[in-house]
Amino acid sequence: MRRGPFLVALLAALAAVILPAKAQEPLVADLSKHLVAITTGFAGTDVLLFGAVDEPGDVVVVVRGPARAEIVRRKERAGGIWVNTGSATVENAPMFYGLAATRPLDEIASPAVLDRHQIGFRHLDLRIVSEDQVSKSDYRDALIRLKKRRSLYSDVVLPINFLGQRLFRTEMHFPSNVPVGTYSVEVYLFKNGEVVSAQTTPLIISKIGVGAEVFDFAHQQGPIYGIIAIILAVSAGWLAATAFRKG
Amino acid sequence: MQIYLPIAEMSVNVFLILGMGGMVGFMSGLFGVGGGFLMTPLLMFIGVPPAVAVGTEANQIVASSVSGVLAHWRRGNVDLKMGAILTIGGFLGSSFGVWLFKFLRGLGQIDLVISLSYVIFLGIIGTLMLIESLQALRQSKRQAAGTMPRRKLHQHTWIHGLPLKMRFRRSKLYISAILPAAIGFFVGVLAAIMGVGGGFVMVPAMIYLLGMPTAVVVGTSLFQIIFVTANTTFLQATMNQTVDVVLALLLLFGGVIGAQFGAKAGTKLKGEQLRSLLALMVLAVCAKLLFDLVATPSDLFSLGAGGKH
Repeated sequence: MRRGPFLVALLAALAAVILPAKAQEPLVADLSKHLVAITTGFAGTDVLLFGAVDEPGDVVVVVRGPARAEIVRRKERAGGIWVNTGSATVENAPMFYGLAATRPLDEIASPAVLDRHQIGFRHLDLRIVSEDQVSKSDYRDALIRLKKRRSLYSDVVLPINFLGQRLFRTEMHFPSNVPVGTYSVEVYLFKNGEVVSAQTTPLIISKIGVGAEVFDFAHQQGPIYGIIAIILAVSAGWLAATAFRKG
Repeated sequence: MQIYLPIAEMSVNVFLILGMGGMVGFMSGLFGVGGGFLMTPLLMFIGVPPAVAVGTEANQIVASSVSGVLAHWRRGNVDLKMGAILTIGGFLGSSFGVWLFKFLRGLGQIDLVISLSYVIFLGIIGTLMLIESLQALRQSKRQAAGTMPRRKLHQHTWIHGLPLKMRFRRSKLYISAILPAAIGFFVGVLAAIMGVGGGFVMVPAMIYLLGMPTAVVVGTSLFQIIFVTANTTFLQATMNQTVDVVLALLLLFGGVIGAQFGAKAGTKLKGEQLRSLLALMVLAVCAKLLFDLVATPSDLFSLGAGGKH
Protein backbone atom coordinates (compact mmCIF):
# COMPACT_ATOMS: atom_id res chain seq x y z
CA MET A 1 0.00 0.00 0.00
CA ARG A 2 1.64 3.16 -1.21
CA ARG A 3 -0.29 5.43 1.10
CA GLY A 4 0.51 3.44 4.25
CA PRO A 5 3.14 5.66 5.91
CA PHE A 6 1.41 8.81 4.75
CA LEU A 7 -1.86 7.66 6.20
CA VAL A 8 -0.46 6.69 9.56
CA ALA A 9 1.26 10.05 9.91
CA LEU A 10 -1.89 11.82 8.85
CA LEU A 11 -4.14 9.92 11.20
CA ALA A 12 -1.70 10.45 14.06
CA ALA A 13 -1.65 14.18 13.40
CA LEU A 14 -5.40 14.22 13.08
CA ALA A 15 -5.86 12.31 16.30
CA ALA A 16 -3.50 14.63 18.15
CA VAL A 17 -5.48 17.63 17.02
CA ILE A 18 -9.02 16.42 17.43
CA LEU A 19 -9.04 13.90 20.24
CA PRO A 20 -8.73 16.42 23.05
CA ALA A 21 -11.60 18.37 21.53
CA LYS A 22 -13.92 15.40 21.18
CA ALA A 23 -16.61 16.88 23.32
CA GLN A 24 -17.47 19.45 20.65
CA GLU A 25 -16.87 17.33 17.57
CA PRO A 26 -18.54 13.92 17.49
CA LEU A 27 -17.42 13.41 13.88
CA VAL A 28 -14.53 14.78 11.85
CA ALA A 29 -13.60 13.63 8.37
CA ASP A 30 -11.59 14.80 5.41
CA LEU A 31 -10.44 13.67 1.97
CA SER A 32 -6.91 12.98 0.77
CA LYS A 33 -7.65 15.46 -2.03
CA HIS A 34 -10.45 17.87 -2.77
CA LEU A 35 -9.77 18.15 -6.45
CA VAL A 36 -9.66 15.27 -8.91
CA ALA A 37 -7.95 16.54 -12.05
CA ILE A 38 -8.81 14.78 -15.29
CA THR A 39 -5.60 15.18 -17.25
CA THR A 40 -4.53 13.61 -20.54
CA GLY A 41 -3.22 10.53 -18.76
CA PHE A 42 -6.27 10.12 -16.49
CA ALA A 43 -7.32 6.51 -16.07
CA GLY A 44 -9.46 6.73 -12.94
CA THR A 45 -8.31 7.53 -9.43
CA ASP A 46 -8.80 6.68 -5.77
CA VAL A 47 -9.66 9.21 -3.12
CA LEU A 48 -9.06 8.37 0.51
CA LEU A 49 -11.56 9.46 3.12
CA PHE A 50 -10.43 9.39 6.71
CA GLY A 51 -11.84 10.66 9.96
CA ALA A 52 -12.50 10.14 13.61
CA VAL A 53 -15.55 9.71 15.81
CA ASP A 54 -15.75 10.51 19.52
CA GLU A 55 -17.36 7.21 20.48
CA PRO A 56 -18.15 3.96 18.68
CA GLY A 57 -20.99 4.02 16.19
CA ASP A 58 -21.73 3.26 12.56
CA VAL A 59 -20.28 5.41 9.83
CA VAL A 60 -21.87 5.75 6.38
CA VAL A 61 -20.28 7.65 3.50
CA VAL A 62 -22.23 8.80 0.44
CA VAL A 63 -20.51 10.34 -2.58
CA ARG A 64 -23.06 12.16 -4.70
CA GLY A 65 -22.36 13.60 -8.13
CA PRO A 66 -24.37 16.51 -9.53
CA ALA A 67 -27.90 15.60 -10.63
CA ARG A 68 -29.14 15.88 -14.17
CA ALA A 69 -31.95 14.58 -16.36
CA GLU A 70 -31.24 11.15 -17.78
CA ILE A 71 -33.18 9.40 -20.53
CA VAL A 72 -33.72 5.65 -20.22
CA ARG A 73 -34.99 3.83 -23.31
CA ARG A 74 -36.67 0.45 -23.59
CA LYS A 75 -36.39 -1.92 -26.54
CA GLU A 76 -39.09 -4.11 -27.97
CA ARG A 77 -39.07 -6.58 -30.82
CA ALA A 78 -40.67 -5.15 -33.97
CA GLY A 79 -40.55 -6.97 -37.28
CA GLY A 80 -37.77 -9.25 -36.10
CA ILE A 81 -35.40 -6.55 -34.86
CA TRP A 82 -35.06 -4.79 -31.54
CA VAL A 83 -36.24 -1.19 -31.60
CA ASN A 84 -36.42 1.51 -28.92
CA THR A 85 -40.13 1.91 -28.28
CA GLY A 86 -40.58 3.43 -24.84
CA SER A 87 -38.63 5.90 -22.80
CA ALA A 88 -38.62 7.64 -19.46
CA THR A 89 -36.84 10.69 -18.14
CA VAL A 90 -35.29 10.54 -14.72
CA GLU A 91 -35.22 14.22 -13.89
CA ASN A 92 -32.78 14.19 -11.00
CA ALA A 93 -30.47 11.23 -11.44
CA PRO A 94 -27.16 11.78 -9.68
CA MET A 95 -24.34 11.42 -12.21
CA PHE A 96 -22.37 9.47 -9.64
CA TYR A 97 -23.38 7.67 -6.47
CA GLY A 98 -20.85 5.93 -4.24
CA LEU A 99 -21.64 4.23 -0.97
CA ALA A 100 -19.51 2.96 1.91
CA ALA A 101 -20.61 1.77 5.35
CA THR A 102 -19.34 -0.09 8.38
CA ARG A 103 -22.21 -2.60 8.28
CA PRO A 104 -25.06 -3.49 5.90
CA LEU A 105 -27.38 -0.47 5.67
CA ASP A 106 -30.52 -2.23 6.89
CA GLU A 107 -28.72 -3.16 10.11
CA ILE A 108 -27.65 0.44 10.69
CA ALA A 109 -30.95 2.29 10.40
CA SER A 110 -34.63 1.90 9.55
CA PRO A 111 -35.87 2.52 5.98
CA ALA A 112 -37.53 5.75 7.09
CA VAL A 113 -34.23 7.16 8.32
CA LEU A 114 -32.40 6.04 5.16
CA ASP A 115 -35.19 7.59 3.06
CA ARG A 116 -34.82 10.90 4.84
CA HIS A 117 -31.12 11.12 3.98
CA GLN A 118 -31.42 9.28 0.64
CA ILE A 119 -28.85 6.69 1.62
CA GLY A 120 -28.81 3.58 -0.57
CA PHE A 121 -30.35 3.01 -3.99
CA ARG A 122 -33.69 1.87 -2.60
CA HIS A 123 -33.94 5.16 -0.75
CA LEU A 124 -33.05 7.56 -3.53
CA ASP A 125 -35.83 9.98 -4.31
CA LEU A 126 -35.86 9.85 -8.14
CA ARG A 127 -38.46 11.79 -10.11
CA ILE A 128 -39.40 9.72 -13.15
CA VAL A 129 -41.56 11.01 -15.99
CA SER A 130 -42.85 8.43 -18.45
CA GLU A 131 -45.82 7.73 -20.67
CA ASP A 132 -44.77 4.15 -21.33
CA GLN A 133 -46.96 1.26 -20.22
CA VAL A 134 -44.03 -0.28 -18.37
CA SER A 135 -43.96 0.71 -14.72
CA LYS A 136 -41.72 3.50 -13.49
CA SER A 137 -39.99 1.18 -11.07
CA ASP A 138 -38.74 -0.88 -14.03
CA TYR A 139 -37.17 2.26 -15.43
CA ARG A 140 -35.78 3.11 -12.02
CA ASP A 141 -34.17 -0.32 -11.69
CA ALA A 142 -32.84 -0.05 -15.23
CA LEU A 143 -31.20 3.31 -14.54
CA ILE A 144 -29.46 2.00 -11.46
CA ARG A 145 -28.41 -1.23 -13.19
CA LEU A 146 -27.02 0.62 -16.23
CA LYS A 147 -25.17 3.15 -14.10
CA LYS A 148 -23.67 0.35 -12.03
CA ARG A 149 -22.48 -1.34 -15.20
CA ARG A 150 -20.66 1.88 -16.13
CA SER A 151 -19.12 1.94 -12.64
CA LEU A 152 -20.83 5.27 -11.94
CA TYR A 153 -22.98 3.86 -9.13
CA SER A 154 -21.23 1.63 -6.64
CA ASP A 155 -22.10 -1.96 -7.17
CA VAL A 156 -21.59 -2.96 -3.55
CA VAL A 157 -21.52 -1.01 -0.32
CA LEU A 158 -17.81 -0.51 0.20
CA PRO A 159 -16.37 -1.34 3.61
CA ILE A 160 -15.22 1.29 6.08
CA ASN A 161 -12.33 0.15 8.22
CA PHE A 162 -11.88 1.24 11.78
CA LEU A 163 -8.39 1.59 13.18
CA GLY A 164 -9.04 1.04 16.84
CA GLN A 165 -12.20 2.56 18.25
CA ARG A 166 -12.11 6.05 16.82
CA LEU A 167 -10.28 6.33 13.53
CA PHE A 168 -11.82 5.19 10.29
CA ARG A 169 -10.85 5.21 6.65
CA THR A 170 -12.29 4.17 3.33
CA GLU A 171 -11.08 4.41 -0.21
CA MET A 172 -13.38 5.54 -3.00
CA HIS A 173 -12.71 4.78 -6.63
CA PHE A 174 -13.56 7.14 -9.49
CA PRO A 175 -13.43 5.47 -12.93
CA SER A 176 -11.99 7.13 -16.02
CA ASN A 177 -15.46 7.99 -17.34
CA VAL A 178 -16.37 9.94 -14.19
CA PRO A 179 -18.43 13.03 -15.06
CA VAL A 180 -17.04 16.42 -14.10
CA GLY A 181 -18.72 18.65 -11.55
CA THR A 182 -18.91 19.46 -7.88
CA TYR A 183 -19.57 16.33 -5.85
CA SER A 184 -20.60 16.19 -2.25
CA VAL A 185 -19.09 13.67 0.10
CA GLU A 186 -21.47 13.11 3.00
CA VAL A 187 -20.30 11.37 6.16
CA TYR A 188 -22.93 10.22 8.65
CA LEU A 189 -22.45 8.93 12.15
CA PHE A 190 -25.27 6.64 13.32
CA LYS A 191 -26.02 5.61 16.87
CA ASN A 192 -28.98 3.38 17.73
CA GLY A 193 -30.42 3.80 14.29
CA GLU A 194 -30.38 7.60 14.29
CA VAL A 195 -28.03 10.12 12.73
CA VAL A 196 -26.18 11.82 15.55
CA SER A 197 -23.74 13.76 13.44
CA ALA A 198 -23.08 14.48 9.78
CA GLN A 199 -20.55 16.34 7.75
CA THR A 200 -20.49 17.29 4.07
CA THR A 201 -17.28 17.94 2.18
CA PRO A 202 -17.18 19.11 -1.44
CA LEU A 203 -15.09 17.25 -4.00
CA ILE A 204 -14.43 18.89 -7.32
CA ILE A 205 -13.86 16.76 -10.38
CA SER A 206 -12.61 18.83 -13.23
CA LYS A 207 -10.79 18.56 -16.53
CA ILE A 208 -7.38 20.17 -16.44
CA GLY A 209 -4.73 20.84 -19.06
CA VAL A 210 -4.78 20.24 -22.79
CA GLY A 211 -7.82 17.97 -22.72
CA ALA A 212 -9.87 20.58 -20.86
CA GLU A 213 -8.85 23.26 -23.32
CA VAL A 214 -9.76 21.09 -26.29
CA PHE A 215 -13.14 20.33 -24.73
CA ASP A 216 -13.91 23.99 -23.93
CA PHE A 217 -12.77 25.10 -27.34
CA ALA A 218 -14.88 22.46 -29.10
CA HIS A 219 -17.96 23.54 -27.18
CA GLN A 220 -17.48 27.31 -27.28
CA GLN A 221 -15.95 27.75 -30.74
CA GLY A 222 -17.53 24.84 -32.64
CA PRO A 223 -17.05 26.25 -36.17
CA ILE A 224 -13.41 27.25 -35.62
CA TYR A 225 -12.73 23.89 -33.96
CA GLY A 226 -14.23 22.15 -37.00
CA ILE A 227 -12.06 24.15 -39.39
CA ILE A 228 -8.93 23.41 -37.36
CA ALA A 229 -9.82 19.71 -37.34
CA ILE A 230 -10.12 19.78 -41.15
CA ILE A 231 -6.83 21.66 -41.60
CA LEU A 232 -5.10 19.17 -39.29
CA ALA A 233 -6.50 16.24 -41.26
CA VAL A 234 -5.63 17.70 -44.68
CA SER A 235 -2.05 18.50 -43.68
CA ALA A 236 -1.60 15.11 -42.00
CA GLY A 237 -2.86 13.34 -45.12
CA TRP A 238 -0.66 15.42 -47.39
CA LEU A 239 2.34 14.89 -45.14
CA ALA A 240 1.81 11.13 -45.12
CA ALA A 241 1.53 10.95 -48.89
CA THR A 242 4.72 12.94 -49.50
CA ALA A 243 6.69 11.20 -46.73
CA PHE A 244 5.98 7.74 -48.06
CA ARG A 245 6.52 8.74 -51.66
CA LYS A 246 10.11 9.72 -51.00
CA GLY A 247 10.75 6.96 -48.49
CA MET B 1 -0.56 3.60 -21.79
CA GLN B 2 -3.91 5.27 -21.26
CA ILE B 3 -4.94 8.53 -22.86
CA TYR B 4 -8.04 10.54 -22.03
CA LEU B 5 -10.10 11.50 -25.08
CA PRO B 6 -11.44 15.01 -24.40
CA ILE B 7 -14.62 14.84 -26.51
CA ALA B 8 -15.49 11.16 -26.15
CA GLU B 9 -14.89 11.71 -22.39
CA MET B 10 -13.33 8.34 -21.80
CA SER B 11 -9.88 6.92 -21.41
CA VAL B 12 -8.51 4.45 -23.94
CA ASN B 13 -5.31 2.54 -24.46
CA VAL B 14 -3.12 4.39 -26.98
CA PHE B 15 -1.81 1.16 -28.48
CA LEU B 16 -5.30 -0.25 -28.98
CA ILE B 17 -6.27 2.83 -31.01
CA LEU B 18 -3.00 2.83 -32.95
CA GLY B 19 -3.45 -0.89 -33.62
CA MET B 20 -7.01 -0.40 -34.82
CA GLY B 21 -5.86 2.43 -37.07
CA GLY B 22 -3.04 0.27 -38.40
CA MET B 23 -5.27 -2.73 -39.05
CA VAL B 24 -7.99 -0.76 -40.83
CA GLY B 25 -5.27 1.20 -42.65
CA PHE B 26 -3.79 -2.09 -43.86
CA MET B 27 -7.19 -3.16 -45.18
CA SER B 28 -7.76 0.15 -46.91
CA GLY B 29 -4.31 0.03 -48.48
CA LEU B 30 -4.88 -3.55 -49.56
CA PHE B 31 -8.35 -3.07 -51.03
CA GLY B 32 -8.26 0.60 -51.92
CA VAL B 33 -11.25 1.48 -49.77
CA GLY B 34 -11.54 4.17 -47.11
CA GLY B 35 -12.16 1.77 -44.27
CA GLY B 36 -14.76 3.95 -42.56
CA PHE B 37 -17.27 1.13 -42.69
CA LEU B 38 -14.89 -0.96 -40.57
CA MET B 39 -13.61 1.75 -38.25
CA THR B 40 -16.90 3.31 -37.17
CA PRO B 41 -18.40 0.00 -35.93
CA LEU B 42 -15.05 -0.86 -34.27
CA LEU B 43 -15.00 2.45 -32.40
CA MET B 44 -18.54 1.90 -31.17
CA PHE B 45 -17.57 -1.60 -30.15
CA ILE B 46 -14.80 -0.32 -27.81
CA GLY B 47 -17.30 2.05 -26.18
CA VAL B 48 -16.89 5.33 -28.06
CA PRO B 49 -20.36 6.94 -28.19
CA PRO B 50 -21.87 6.42 -31.70
CA ALA B 51 -22.16 10.15 -32.30
CA VAL B 52 -18.48 10.72 -31.51
CA ALA B 53 -17.43 7.69 -33.58
CA VAL B 54 -19.27 9.02 -36.64
CA GLY B 55 -18.05 12.62 -36.27
CA THR B 56 -14.44 11.64 -35.61
CA GLU B 57 -14.32 9.09 -38.40
CA ALA B 58 -15.43 11.75 -40.88
CA ASN B 59 -12.44 13.81 -39.78
CA GLN B 60 -10.05 10.90 -40.20
CA ILE B 61 -11.38 10.11 -43.68
CA VAL B 62 -10.53 13.67 -44.75
CA ALA B 63 -6.89 12.83 -44.05
CA SER B 64 -6.84 9.38 -45.64
CA SER B 65 -8.63 10.67 -48.75
CA VAL B 66 -6.16 13.56 -49.15
CA SER B 67 -3.24 11.17 -48.94
CA GLY B 68 -4.98 8.75 -51.34
CA VAL B 69 -6.05 11.30 -53.94
CA LEU B 70 -2.54 12.72 -54.44
CA ALA B 71 -1.29 9.59 -56.20
CA HIS B 72 -4.33 9.57 -58.51
CA TRP B 73 -3.96 13.30 -59.12
CA ARG B 74 -0.39 12.89 -60.34
CA ARG B 75 -1.52 10.22 -62.78
CA GLY B 76 -4.31 12.47 -64.05
CA ASN B 77 -7.03 10.11 -62.83
CA VAL B 78 -9.28 12.76 -61.31
CA ASP B 79 -12.21 14.09 -63.33
CA LEU B 80 -12.45 17.56 -61.80
CA LYS B 81 -15.71 18.53 -63.45
CA MET B 82 -17.44 15.32 -62.41
CA GLY B 83 -15.90 15.69 -58.97
CA ALA B 84 -17.29 19.19 -58.64
CA ILE B 85 -20.83 18.12 -59.57
CA LEU B 86 -20.67 15.17 -57.16
CA THR B 87 -19.34 17.51 -54.48
CA ILE B 88 -22.23 19.95 -54.88
CA GLY B 89 -24.68 17.10 -54.39
CA GLY B 90 -22.53 15.72 -51.59
CA PHE B 91 -22.45 19.04 -49.74
CA LEU B 92 -26.23 19.28 -49.71
CA GLY B 93 -26.57 15.60 -48.86
CA SER B 94 -24.12 15.62 -45.96
CA SER B 95 -25.66 18.81 -44.55
CA PHE B 96 -29.06 17.15 -44.63
CA GLY B 97 -27.48 14.01 -43.16
CA VAL B 98 -25.99 15.84 -40.17
CA TRP B 99 -29.34 17.49 -39.52
CA LEU B 100 -31.10 14.12 -39.82
CA PHE B 101 -28.53 12.65 -37.44
CA LYS B 102 -29.33 15.27 -34.81
CA PHE B 103 -33.07 14.77 -35.31
CA LEU B 104 -32.85 10.97 -34.98
CA ARG B 105 -30.59 11.27 -31.96
CA GLY B 106 -33.32 13.29 -30.25
CA LEU B 107 -35.85 10.58 -31.07
CA GLY B 108 -33.56 7.90 -29.66
CA GLN B 109 -33.45 6.04 -32.97
CA ILE B 110 -29.99 6.98 -34.21
CA ASP B 111 -28.32 3.71 -33.19
CA LEU B 112 -30.99 1.75 -35.02
CA VAL B 113 -30.72 3.86 -38.17
CA ILE B 114 -26.91 3.58 -38.18
CA SER B 115 -27.08 -0.22 -37.77
CA LEU B 116 -29.84 -0.63 -40.34
CA SER B 117 -28.01 1.50 -42.91
CA TYR B 118 -24.90 -0.58 -42.39
CA VAL B 119 -26.74 -3.88 -42.72
CA ILE B 120 -28.61 -2.82 -45.85
CA PHE B 121 -25.74 -1.21 -47.72
CA LEU B 122 -22.99 -3.58 -46.69
CA GLY B 123 -25.33 -6.49 -47.48
CA ILE B 124 -26.17 -5.27 -50.98
CA ILE B 125 -22.68 -4.12 -51.92
CA GLY B 126 -20.98 -7.17 -50.41
CA THR B 127 -23.27 -9.60 -52.22
CA LEU B 128 -22.92 -7.83 -55.57
CA MET B 129 -19.17 -7.61 -55.20
CA LEU B 130 -18.86 -11.26 -54.27
CA ILE B 131 -20.96 -12.41 -57.26
CA GLU B 132 -19.07 -10.13 -59.62
CA SER B 133 -15.61 -11.14 -58.42
CA LEU B 134 -16.43 -14.85 -58.46
CA GLN B 135 -17.64 -14.51 -62.05
CA ALA B 136 -14.47 -12.61 -62.92
CA LEU B 137 -12.36 -15.32 -61.30
CA ARG B 138 -14.14 -18.00 -63.34
CA GLN B 139 -13.87 -15.88 -66.46
CA SER B 140 -10.16 -15.25 -66.12
CA LYS B 141 -9.67 -19.01 -66.07
CA ARG B 142 -11.81 -19.43 -69.17
CA GLN B 143 -10.16 -16.49 -70.89
CA ALA B 144 -6.94 -18.37 -71.21
CA ALA B 145 -8.67 -20.77 -73.61
CA GLY B 146 -11.53 -18.80 -75.20
CA THR B 147 -12.52 -15.27 -76.15
CA MET B 148 -14.23 -12.51 -74.21
CA PRO B 149 -17.12 -10.59 -75.80
CA ARG B 150 -16.35 -6.91 -76.26
CA ARG B 151 -18.56 -4.76 -74.03
CA LYS B 152 -20.13 -1.48 -75.03
CA LEU B 153 -18.77 1.54 -73.15
CA HIS B 154 -22.13 1.89 -71.44
CA GLN B 155 -25.81 1.21 -72.04
CA HIS B 156 -28.11 4.01 -73.13
CA THR B 157 -31.21 4.27 -70.94
CA TRP B 158 -33.85 6.80 -69.86
CA ILE B 159 -31.12 8.40 -67.74
CA HIS B 160 -29.58 9.83 -70.88
CA GLY B 161 -32.81 11.67 -71.65
CA LEU B 162 -32.60 13.95 -68.60
CA PRO B 163 -32.04 17.70 -69.13
CA LEU B 164 -28.98 19.79 -68.14
CA LYS B 165 -26.58 17.72 -70.19
CA MET B 166 -22.90 18.28 -69.66
CA ARG B 167 -19.75 16.98 -71.25
CA PHE B 168 -17.26 15.25 -68.96
CA ARG B 169 -14.07 14.93 -70.98
CA ARG B 170 -11.99 12.81 -68.64
CA SER B 171 -14.84 10.37 -68.12
CA LYS B 172 -15.72 10.41 -71.85
CA LEU B 173 -19.37 11.06 -70.97
CA TYR B 174 -22.13 13.36 -72.15
CA ILE B 175 -24.85 13.06 -69.53
CA SER B 176 -27.24 15.12 -67.44
CA ALA B 177 -25.66 16.82 -64.39
CA ILE B 178 -28.74 15.87 -62.36
CA LEU B 179 -27.68 12.24 -62.10
CA PRO B 180 -24.20 12.74 -60.54
CA ALA B 181 -25.61 15.48 -58.29
CA ALA B 182 -28.32 13.09 -57.07
CA ILE B 183 -25.80 10.33 -56.46
CA GLY B 184 -23.59 12.82 -54.61
CA PHE B 185 -26.54 13.88 -52.45
CA PHE B 186 -27.52 10.32 -51.57
CA VAL B 187 -23.98 9.25 -50.71
CA GLY B 188 -23.54 12.48 -48.71
CA VAL B 189 -26.52 11.59 -46.51
CA LEU B 190 -25.10 8.10 -45.96
CA ALA B 191 -21.64 9.49 -45.21
CA ALA B 192 -22.97 11.82 -42.53
CA ILE B 193 -25.15 9.20 -40.85
CA MET B 194 -22.85 6.20 -41.10
CA GLY B 195 -19.51 7.93 -40.51
CA VAL B 196 -18.04 6.65 -43.74
CA GLY B 197 -16.62 8.29 -46.85
CA GLY B 198 -19.15 6.46 -48.95
CA GLY B 199 -16.60 5.17 -51.46
CA PHE B 200 -18.09 1.69 -51.29
CA VAL B 201 -21.40 3.07 -52.58
CA MET B 202 -19.94 5.82 -54.75
CA VAL B 203 -17.55 3.63 -56.73
CA PRO B 204 -20.15 1.09 -57.93
CA ALA B 205 -22.61 3.92 -58.61
CA MET B 206 -20.05 5.69 -60.78
CA ILE B 207 -19.25 2.54 -62.72
CA TYR B 208 -22.73 1.08 -63.16
CA LEU B 209 -25.04 4.12 -63.04
CA LEU B 210 -22.87 6.81 -64.63
CA GLY B 211 -20.80 4.50 -66.81
CA MET B 212 -17.50 6.15 -65.94
CA PRO B 213 -14.26 4.45 -67.00
CA THR B 214 -12.74 2.50 -64.10
CA ALA B 215 -9.42 4.38 -64.29
CA VAL B 216 -10.87 7.71 -63.13
CA VAL B 217 -13.45 6.30 -60.71
CA VAL B 218 -11.31 5.87 -57.59
CA GLY B 219 -9.45 9.19 -57.94
CA THR B 220 -12.64 11.15 -58.57
CA SER B 221 -14.47 9.40 -55.75
CA LEU B 222 -11.62 10.19 -53.31
CA PHE B 223 -11.56 13.78 -54.54
CA GLN B 224 -15.21 14.39 -53.71
CA ILE B 225 -15.03 12.38 -50.45
CA ILE B 226 -12.50 14.96 -49.16
CA PHE B 227 -15.06 17.74 -49.50
CA VAL B 228 -18.04 15.76 -48.28
CA THR B 229 -16.25 14.49 -45.15
CA ALA B 230 -14.75 17.94 -44.51
CA ASN B 231 -18.28 19.34 -44.62
CA THR B 232 -19.49 16.57 -42.29
CA THR B 233 -16.61 17.26 -39.90
CA PHE B 234 -17.42 20.95 -39.85
CA LEU B 235 -21.14 20.44 -39.29
CA GLN B 236 -20.72 17.69 -36.68
CA ALA B 237 -18.26 19.94 -34.82
CA THR B 238 -20.61 22.91 -35.02
CA MET B 239 -23.98 21.28 -34.40
CA ASN B 240 -23.19 18.25 -32.27
CA GLN B 241 -19.66 18.82 -30.87
CA THR B 242 -18.79 15.22 -31.64
CA VAL B 243 -15.40 15.47 -33.37
CA ASP B 244 -12.56 14.24 -31.18
CA VAL B 245 -9.31 15.48 -32.75
CA VAL B 246 -7.15 13.52 -30.33
CA LEU B 247 -8.85 10.27 -31.34
CA ALA B 248 -8.74 11.24 -35.03
CA LEU B 249 -5.01 11.97 -34.93
CA LEU B 250 -4.25 8.68 -33.20
CA LEU B 251 -6.30 6.71 -35.74
CA LEU B 252 -4.66 8.61 -38.55
CA PHE B 253 -1.16 7.87 -37.38
CA GLY B 254 -1.81 4.13 -37.24
CA GLY B 255 -3.81 4.24 -40.44
CA VAL B 256 -1.14 5.95 -42.54
CA ILE B 257 1.46 3.34 -41.65
CA GLY B 258 -0.95 0.43 -42.05
CA ALA B 259 -2.03 1.68 -45.47
CA GLN B 260 1.54 1.57 -46.79
CA PHE B 261 1.97 -2.07 -45.80
CA GLY B 262 -1.48 -2.88 -47.15
CA ALA B 263 -0.69 -1.32 -50.51
CA LYS B 264 2.49 -3.39 -50.75
CA ALA B 265 0.69 -6.60 -49.85
CA GLY B 266 -2.01 -5.73 -52.39
CA THR B 267 0.41 -5.85 -55.31
CA LYS B 268 0.97 -9.54 -54.63
CA LEU B 269 -2.70 -10.45 -55.08
CA LYS B 270 -4.87 -10.44 -58.21
CA GLY B 271 -7.67 -7.89 -58.53
CA GLU B 272 -10.44 -10.51 -58.48
CA GLN B 273 -8.97 -12.23 -55.44
CA LEU B 274 -8.76 -8.90 -53.66
CA ARG B 275 -12.35 -8.04 -54.49
CA SER B 276 -13.71 -11.38 -53.35
CA LEU B 277 -11.77 -11.08 -50.08
CA LEU B 278 -13.13 -7.56 -49.58
CA ALA B 279 -16.64 -8.78 -50.36
CA LEU B 280 -16.33 -11.49 -47.71
CA MET B 281 -15.13 -8.97 -45.15
CA VAL B 282 -17.95 -6.56 -45.95
CA LEU B 283 -20.45 -9.39 -45.56
CA ALA B 284 -18.88 -10.44 -42.25
CA VAL B 285 -19.32 -6.93 -40.81
CA CYS B 286 -22.87 -6.91 -42.15
CA ALA B 287 -23.65 -10.28 -40.56
CA LYS B 288 -22.29 -9.17 -37.19
CA LEU B 289 -24.44 -6.02 -37.19
CA LEU B 290 -27.50 -7.93 -38.34
CA PHE B 291 -26.99 -10.45 -35.56
CA ASP B 292 -26.86 -7.62 -33.01
CA LEU B 293 -30.15 -6.25 -34.32
CA VAL B 294 -31.95 -9.57 -34.25
CA ALA B 295 -30.49 -11.26 -31.16
CA THR B 296 -32.17 -10.52 -27.85
CA PRO B 297 -30.05 -7.81 -26.19
CA SER B 298 -28.55 -8.55 -22.78
CA ASP B 299 -30.47 -5.59 -21.39
CA LEU B 300 -33.69 -4.29 -22.93
CA PHE B 301 -33.08 -0.90 -21.37
CA SER B 302 -30.39 1.57 -22.36
CA LEU B 303 -29.25 5.00 -21.29
CA GLY B 304 -30.05 7.62 -23.91
CA ALA B 305 -27.57 10.19 -25.12
CA GLY B 306 -30.30 12.80 -25.04
CA GLY B 307 -29.42 14.07 -21.60
CA LYS B 308 -25.91 14.98 -22.62
CA HIS B 309 -24.84 18.64 -22.40
